[in-house]
Amino acid sequence: MSKIWLIISREYLTRVKNKTFILSTILTPLLFVGLITAVTFISVKNVDKENVAVIDRANILGGKLDNSKAVTFLFVPGVDSLNYKEKGYSAILYAPTDSSDTYRLVSKKQFGLIAEANVEDRINEAMENKMLKNKYNIDMQSLDSARKSAQKAKLDQAYYEGGEIKKGNSSLAYGIGYGSGFLIYITLFIYGSMVMRGVMEEKTNRIAEVVVSSVKPFQLMIGKIVGIGAVGLTQLLLWIVLIIGLSTAASAFLSPDTIQQAANASQQMPNASAGMASNTAKQFEGLKDTLGSANWLMIVGCFIFYFLFGYLFYASLFAAVGSSVNEDPQDAQALLLPITMPIIIAIVIMINAITNPSGSLATYSSMIPFFSPIVMMARIPFGVPGTVPYWQLLVSMSLLVLGFLGTTWISAKIYRTGILMYGKKVTWKEMWKWAFRKY
Amino acid sequence: MHLLELKNLKKYYATQKAVDDISFSLEEGSIFGLLGPNGAGKTTLLRMITGIFYPDEGEIIFNGKKFEPLSDNLFIGYMPEERGLYKKMKIGEQALYLGQLKGLSYKDALEKTKYWFRRMEMETWWGKKVEDLSKGMSQKLQFVITVLHNPKLIILDEPFSGLDPVNANIIKDEIHQLAKDGATVIFSTHRMEQVEEICNHIVLVNQGRKILDGTVANVKQQFKENLFSVQATNLPGTMFSEAFEVIKHNGSKLVVKIKNTSNSNEVLKYFIDNDIMIEAYNEILPSLNEIFIKLIEGTKNSRQFQKVA
Repeated sequence: MSKIWLIISREYLTRVKNKTFILSTILTPLLFVGLITAVTFISVKNVDKENVAVIDRANILGGKLDNSKAVTFLFVPGVDSLNYKEKGYSAILYAPTDSSDTYRLVSKKQFGLIAEANVEDRINEAMENKMLKNKYNIDMQSLDSARKSAQKAKLDQAYYEGGEIKKGNSSLAYGIGYGSGFLIYITLFIYGSMVMRGVMEEKTNRIAEVVVSSVKPFQLMIGKIVGIGAVGLTQLLLWIVLIIGLSTAASAFLSPDTIQQAANASQQMPNASAGMASNTAKQFEGLKDTLGSANWLMIVGCFIFYFLFGYLFYASLFAAVGSSVNEDPQDAQALLLPITMPIIIAIVIMINAITNPSGSLATYSSMIPFFSPIVMMARIPFGVPGTVPYWQLLVSMSLLVLGFLGTTWISAKIYRTGILMYGKKVTWKEMWKWAFRKY
Repeated sequence: MHLLELKNLKKYYATQKAVDDISFSLEEGSIFGLLGPNGAGKTTLLRMITGIFYPDEGEIIFNGKKFEPLSDNLFIGYMPEERGLYKKMKIGEQALYLGQLKGLSYKDALEKTKYWFRRMEMETWWGKKVEDLSKGMSQKLQFVITVLHNPKLIILDEPFSGLDPVNANIIKDEIHQLAKDGATVIFSTHRMEQVEEICNHIVLVNQGRKILDGTVANVKQQFKENLFSVQATNLPGTMFSEAFEVIKHNGSKLVVKIKNTSNSNEVLKYFIDNDIMIEAYNEILPSLNEIFIKLIEGTKNSRQFQKVA
């Protein structure tokens, strides 16, 4: 037992102390948060305030254009194309004097795409308002208030669970399910191939023979798998902590005002003013409400379970492949295919299952160990035991644990033969024979 | 006392009888040579002794008891033919790790590693990585790692390949010292001159079978052809005797083969009787190399694949 510990700690420490590991662990969230912060910051700061003088001889616009975030319209007399710069305007907008619809924007520099679209939107809006007023005698304010009162309808999803009504939110469940399914998919590949490369390294360096003269090959394999699994868990936790920490720091750096602005800018809503703020507040309330509706303890618990056992289930298979190939990484590619296929199929099923989490495809595949880590994780956020009855969860989990014992048992047999076999290119048929021969 | 006894060991692969009914035993404290051409089954045999492979049939007795790979391999140090070390790991840490895998506590491993590094003048290597070492240097490191835990049985597969004569001598002296201190050494090679220098006892295997077993002196006696070299002044052109025949005649040097009915004194008597002045007279024993080639000759040079029922 203490030897397995030695192996685990070596596998863990050499990887965690590795410069590449430290860099990628720190840099990934830094880049992630940094990029989002930078984009937010730039998109807010980069909007130039443009003052546009409007010359409207035919009074088509009726002396009023709503200002947008990027552009302020001013109806001032005595401005012409010669002196607009001195008077502090960045452009002049000429409204048409005849029946044509061509407006002309004169400026020293090219207007940005957003500013240009802004100007066009505002003109169209003004025209619309004017037409509504002239033809139907509806003024803007009453239309707005009518709209506002009409927007009150809201779909409140609820379902029964354990005798009490719970608030449901399928889009949140969708997001969590999708996110955790993909996370497991990616980590299976990252840490699975890390196990494979580790085994190949030991084989090509011929250290395996030295080590298996001291410990059982099985101990070496399990030590490596557990060590790398611990590395994966460490990295995952560090990422979560760093992302939360950094985004807190970033939101402190960007004042709440800026964030609000960024949110507004991205929405480009015309009626931005007072209604907007209350609207966001309401949305935020709603989000808090629905976040509270998710069973976080269950989701996080299941995520850790499926992450760990999904990894363990596949890692020993990756180890078996690593032990069977020689120096040539291309041999590994061919042998890997039967292992990567189920993972890819799982993600395809998951994308389907998430739109129909109680469907028969989703239900059955979430119990097959090859797919369950990914597919079940997509279903769980929709509710346990609402969407996923307890018996399904139990069957899925126990089959995965059994599957893990099975793959490890088979892989260990392939591994102990493969790790000492040199020079020959191995086929699946031979690996199958190794797995079932007796010693 | 026998430290290790192999009884009718067999290990068959799908297409080869890698080890086919081999038995021998090892005296404690001896240096034992396991010889054989490429593909004779040496590595498979050694892997069974180290517990990496289980024999299909037969028995291994270690230290008077049935060999238990898991507990007994703590008393065995194995240096495989293909040297293996973690390339990216620091040398000191590596020695500590592999020492601990052999059952040493951290403290013991540290102490022993330091002792051996000092002894082999490797102290400056501690923080370096294996990829910084030359082939000969990593060979030396591998040797240290093999003997770190004071094994009772040290198995060295081609320990001198890649070593310069100076370093080879250092390792050779260490092997002698270890044997003197009570360790038993199995030394696998196909370099016969080293075997003659180092080993007390040899076993020759070919095609999975043992074809020779004995001490070096006995084996040489067994294969001697009763050849004597004679150096003398005033040798006559032709010589006839009941006792011997001349194989080679070159100036003052003569090689004679003594007939079965005679002995070396008879030969000497002939020269004395004929008043020939003898300057040197000694027996020519075959080298292990010659014995090896003689025994292996006639079998196919490379191992053939065959169906194993």
